[in-house]
Amino acid sequence: MDTLAIQTLNSIFYAAVLFLISAGLSLIYGVMRIVNLAHGTFYALGAYVTAWAVGSVFGATAGGNWVLAGQLLLLPIGAFAIAVVGAVIEPTLLRPLYRRPEEYVLLITFGLLMILEDVMKLLFGGTPLSAGSIMDSMGSISIGRLLYPTYNLIVIGVGVIAAVGLWWFIYRTRFGVILRATSQDRRMASALGLNVGRVYVQAFAIGCFMAGLGGAVVVPAQAAVLGMGVDALILAFVVIVIGGLGSLEGALVGALIVSFVRTAGIQFFAEIELAVLYLIAAAVLLIRPTGLFGRA
Amino acid sequence: MPAAPTGPSVPRLLAFAVPIVVALALLPRFIDLYQTELLIYGLTFAIAALGFNLLLGYTGLLSFGHSAYFGMGAYTVAFIVRDLHVQSMELCILGGLLSSLVISALFGYVCVRHTRIFFGILTLALSQVLWSLAFKFFWVTGGTDGIRVPRTSITLLAGLMDFKGPGSYQRFVYAYYYYVLVLFLIATVVMWVIVHSPFGKALQAIRDNETRASFVGIRVRRYRWIAFVISGSFTGLAGALWVPLNGLTTPEILYWPFSGEIVFMTVLGGFRTFTGPIVGAIAFNYLKVYAVASSQYWQMVLGIVLVVMVMVLPTGIVGTIGRFAARLRRR
Repeated sequence: MDTLAIQTLNSIFYAAVLFLISAGLSLIYGVMRIVNLAHGTFYALGAYVTAWAVGSVFGATAGGNWVLAGQLLLLPIGAFAIAVVGAVIEPTLLRPLYRRPEEYVLLITFGLLMILEDVMKLLFGGTPLSAGSIMDSMGSISIGRLLYPTYNLIVIGVGVIAAVGLWWFIYRTRFGVILRATSQDRRMASALGLNVGRVYVQAFAIGCFMAGLGGAVVVPAQAAVLGMGVDALILAFVVIVIGGLGSLEGALVGALIVSFVRTAGIQFFAEIELAVLYLIAAAVLLIRPTGLFGRA
Repeated sequence: MPAAPTGPSVPRLLAFAVPIVVALALLPRFIDLYQTELLIYGLTFAIAALGFNLLLGYTGLLSFGHSAYFGMGAYTVAFIVRDLHVQSMELCILGGLLSSLVISALFGYVCVRHTRIFFGILTLALSQVLWSLAFKFFWVTGGTDGIRVPRTSITLLAGLMDFKGPGSYQRFVYAYYYYVLVLFLIATVVMWVIVHSPFGKALQAIRDNETRASFVGIRVRRYRWIAFVISGSFTGLAGALWVPLNGLTTPEILYWPFSGEIVFMTVLGGFRTFTGPIVGAIAFNYLKVYAVASSQYWQMVLGIVLVVMVMVLPTGIVGTIGRFAARLRRR
């Protein structure tokens, strides 16, 4: 029973991180119709930036409560850094290509992935970078006879807050209306006097922020390593394909499905755990191409 | 435009192709062993890119999962050599072709139900199924260690040539160069015939306007499926030829960034031309080898080349040369 509780918490923890990444990917696709192959790399970059910032300000050892508070405050720096990176990339590299076939944008993001993977190697070196001191100093709570790290609960909290916040932002604010209008009909939005170029920059930056935040919150629990972005991207793809490209609710449900299937997979069918996920994605695309929550 | 409506005349074609073939045949006399080996890699990738471009350039479908068919060809050869103890390379190629044909028929049947971005994601997802199987079933596939296929375990031309004993490496490289060259030429001619056949014209019609194509009676989905199978089989052949050269097959070649590399090659050469993927694959291979040799940040070098290509020269090497040639002719 306790094991079940732990596994459930693990799945939700994993779903929270996956939701942050996929919501960003989905938002960018929904508004701009861009499949961003570098999105996983943004997530990895966010993890590296946060781990590096926390490590260089506070060192690797766990400190008292004040140090912990400082470390937690420093955590989102990865997300903001990636948002800035996104705000620079969209107008310089992506905007000139919107008039060309979509293949070109896809290729640019693939080139970007290759460049950023090596930028990480150049800036942070080949060794894994961790902010594990945060996790250590937060201790753990007991669930029945077992222990569970307190920090993971914070990540779950961040995931929930991000989901609610994003929903509020998109469905309850003026900017959200503009965002949805642009995603539904770019020309009409432009004809009505909206600055579509600015909406695109903002949407791309928010999407990148989400990816960076995913990396920032995961890095105290798992060290940042080279190649983590390439792995994460495919899982994020699976999530938004299951949930529906461009749908926020879809990203949430997709993230939950993927992480529970993964947790169950690791328990019961470890060899085909990943294959099952990809097959689920393929099956959803076949039966319901718009995903569970997508609109055509 | 990929070709004029009737296609170039045969004498002009031969005047263009024969000097290149002769040059390729004489080249090992003038370059060293290592360069020859690099050229073999380039030629195998050229076969893969040629197949890939039947989908991208001629049918208008961007596959992001061609690593699956390359890897299928490669792993089949490895299984045949390791488990069936077959030595004949011809049988290995046959097996690799057959397995990649079957898997591309299966995956293609599913994928051609969609176009554009959905097609890309579907091909990607399915290719990753194969990758995760190769990765996880280590007692069958060797996991990340892969499967070794030493050149001593294969023979060419139905056992006429084997590569054991002293000096065998040299003999292998030179013999294998001509072996791959011949298969490359056959593949190129076959692809040329395909894209200039009524079937190839139908594919281009589908690419340019799907609705009109179906109105003139082309069975769009069926044609796309056939194109998919041909494309996958070409890439599978490339994978099969690649294995003995590399001596090893690992899940890397099934992982999706390798699919990206195949796209990269094709765009580098220019996907709107027939020769583009060939030039692109050979150029990409040199580019990658020299980038890896000269810098530990070779991925960044390749990425910058790709970004610059897409921004500045979207028609690729061949397309750009063609444009310059046309401008010179007009003067």
